[in-house]
Amino acid sequence: MYDFSKVVITSSPHIKSKEDTRSIMCDVLIALLPSLFVSTYVFGLRVILMTAVSVAACLVFETIYNKIVGKANTIGDLSAAVTGVLLAFVCPVTLPYWMLIVGAGVSIILAKSLFGGLGKNFINPALAGRAFLLASWPVAMTTWVTAGSRAGLLSNSQETLDAITAATPLAIIKGSAEGDLPSIASMLWGMCGGSMGEVSAIALLIGGAYLLFRKVISFHTPAAYIGTVAVLTLLFPAGGLGHVQSMLYGLFSGGLMLGAFFMATDYSTSPVSHKGQVVFGIGCGLLTVMIRYFGGYPEGVCYSILLMNTTVWLIDKYTRPTKFGAPAKQKKEG
Amino acid sequence: MAYTFRGGIHPGTKDDPGFKSATNTKPIEVLKAPDQVILPVSMHIGAPAKVLVKKGDIVDLGQMIAEAGGFVSAPVHASVSGKVIDVAPRLHQNGSKVMSVVIENDHEDRLHESVKPKDFESMTNDERIQAIWDAGIVGHGGATFPTHVKIKSGIGKCDTILINGAECEPYITSDHRLLLERPEEIVEGVRYLVKIMGVKQAFICIELNKQDTFAKIEQLLAGDPIIKLAPLECRYPQGAEKQLINAVTGREVPSGKLPADAGCAVFNVDTAGAVYRCFAKGMPVIRRVVTVSGSAIAEPKNLEARVGTCVTELIDACGGFKKDPNKLLAGGPMMGNAQFTTDVPVLKGTNAFLAFAEDEDKRVKDPTCIRCGRCVGVCPMHLVPVYMNMFASRNNLEGCEEYDVLDCIECGSCAYVCPARIPLVQQFRVAKMRVQEKRRAEAAAAKK
Ligand code: SF4
Ligand code: SF4
Repeated sequence: MYDFSKVVITSSPHIKSKEDTRSIMCDVLIALLPSLFVSTYVFGLRVILMTAVSVAACLVFETIYNKIVGKANTIGDLSAAVTGVLLAFVCPVTLPYWMLIVGAGVSIILAKSLFGGLGKNFINPALAGRAFLLASWPVAMTTWVTAGSRAGLLSNSQETLDAITAATPLAIIKGSAEGDLPSIASMLWGMCGGSMGEVSAIALLIGGAYLLFRKVISFHTPAAYIGTVAVLTLLFPAGGLGHVQSMLYGLFSGGLMLGAFFMATDYSTSPVSHKGQVVFGIGCGLLTVMIRYFGGYPEGVCYSILLMNTTVWLIDKYTRPTKFGAPAKQKKEG
Repeated sequence: MAYTFRGGIHPGTKDDPGFKSATNTKPIEVLKAPDQVILPVSMHIGAPAKVLVKKGDIVDLGQMIAEAGGFVSAPVHASVSGKVIDVAPRLHQNGSKVMSVVIENDHEDRLHESVKPKDFESMTNDERIQAIWDAGIVGHGGATFPTHVKIKSGIGKCDTILINGAECEPYITSDHRLLLERPEEIVEGVRYLVKIMGVKQAFICIELNKQDTFAKIEQLLAGDPIIKLAPLECRYPQGAEKQLINAVTGREVPSGKLPADAGCAVFNVDTAGAVYRCFAKGMPVIRRVVTVSGSAIAEPKNLEARVGTCVTELIDACGGFKKDPNKLLAGGPMMGNAQFTTDVPVLKGTNAFLAFAEDEDKRVKDPTCIRCGRCVGVCPMHLVPVYMNMFASRNNLEGCEEYDVLDCIECGSCAYVCPARIPLVQQFRVAKMRVQEKRRAEAAAAKK
């Protein structure tokens, strides 16, 4: 006789793919590593410490929140860690640590947990944290150091850094800051001013390619987003630049790659169907260029994604796939 | 050029696509007839058959022991010769006890007088369909819908026959081996079906992972003006009727309708084989090829067993379990039924029996949807499982209906890819039942 004491009865299907939430978030973290390396090379070890502080703060905030509401701790799914890295990446390296921690609190508690946590939040936590910081401490959030300069590892105040502030390429193009535009090549490699994670387009593209290869994201959102920005900046060049030049600066600056591959693809806050993702990407692209050209800020990625986040439920509703075998007259154009 | 449909998944690993490598090169082994067979009166969809014998009767191989209980029903035949030792409810693969005829095998395999070749050409079409009905032929792919019903309701409506050799369910290789080892039976069976239904085209549809069967089948089909081989890309659930029809003909079966409404009749390869055996040998359905596989099985095999053989004997023939099983399955891992024992009989539609040692199901406590959209991309019915699940978990039946939960074919693709491990299919099954209940209640209220 055989031993059936361990046999369990469940409903089909009885096998599942290997990927789970944790492995997906782990892939996102891996994909962010190239940018972390380049940024550390450009801005020094403070980048690593900033990122570590941000991640730790996110994990602690999520743990505390779960404790308070009596939920099982969810930090094991690593989504809070991803938020932590992304938040650090959209801040300048000179931001005081305590501000970063406040930002992490906003990201995790206000933008994510209060809505029910992973999958239920409707705005991107890292970007919400950044938007809050930018509104609260606009100077600290737009103080950029030049590539190669080293911000003090532990320094917590702005003054010591004043001497070495630099402008971002987009601010120069917009005319809201003085300075010489860095060459396209130095922007590709990350040798320019900007927030920690957005300086090197190449490093971000490598990470994005990894996410595509691992099928963590599909190409729809980034392609639609980047494509829209490319077309618009090519057709309507900014600040006295040539058409192609305008497009290249438009693409490789202001965290577009970071936004397109890592922020606009955030599962919770983007549409679920490929068609919806294309619409979402185009919307992000349009808004980004409009904010850059007409808005008060030189940089538009953060706000455009946050704005589009609020439309996801609508996009999902109107881009719902037509079911198999639907009567022909109801069939919408695909 | 290989055909396929939109959506679906590719279970398996790079080295073992579809988890079929354990048995796809193993020839069918004929299992010795058991000392006893248990033949439930329900091995098909539809009304249970009505038992014709009583305890103590002596029956012959192929003798009808239960007759069809209605038009949508199929008779049952003795799969061994011997003595009826019991007519009583016995454990069935569906988990409940079902009226069954238990026959003690006298190991003589004495053929019943009704088992003799039929002269197909001189029979009228009605006689031919009656012969298929009398042979107890049902869908051998696992769905077990009585074949005569499909034929009868399809004549005049269908212009195309599809022979389903997709065998897209992971692990299962019984149809693969049949296509490889007995292609003549299948092709002849298709010829019979084509004549009976009077269709203008027929396709034998086989996924590319069974390419080794193509040469022989193409040779058998050479010069045939109607029957063609249709190679399919590998993709689950390509063997689902609607997806198969769409892959090969490009047609979409309208929502809530049957394949015949798209002009197609779909038969499993072994159903075609059964049709052949019915006319050429006069033999009703008494055997079936079963893939026995999974990580808990010592030596996975393709076994040909008499219908009614206890599954335990199949496991024994495969060297027993090498590890204690965590999961026992009748059928494939995507749509098969979990069993709590091997003490159940092989049925007409049992294409596989699997035993897993590890927890392949990977359920978690309190799963949370991360809105990754994977389920949307893979749904072969182009539904939005993420929203269906949201509505189902909030008990919002209107939402479920609006998001077409009734169109779900329960293929499991969404649940397979879900990284949050949400038991989506389970949710949808319950939601479907409740939506249907609600509709019935509404219809009843409207009548009053
Ligand atoms: S696959 Fe699972 S986690 Fe992803 S959207 Fe669908 S239900 Fe949610
Ligand atoms: S919703 Fe139904 S039809 Fe669609 S993938 Fe899930 S089980 Fe299959």
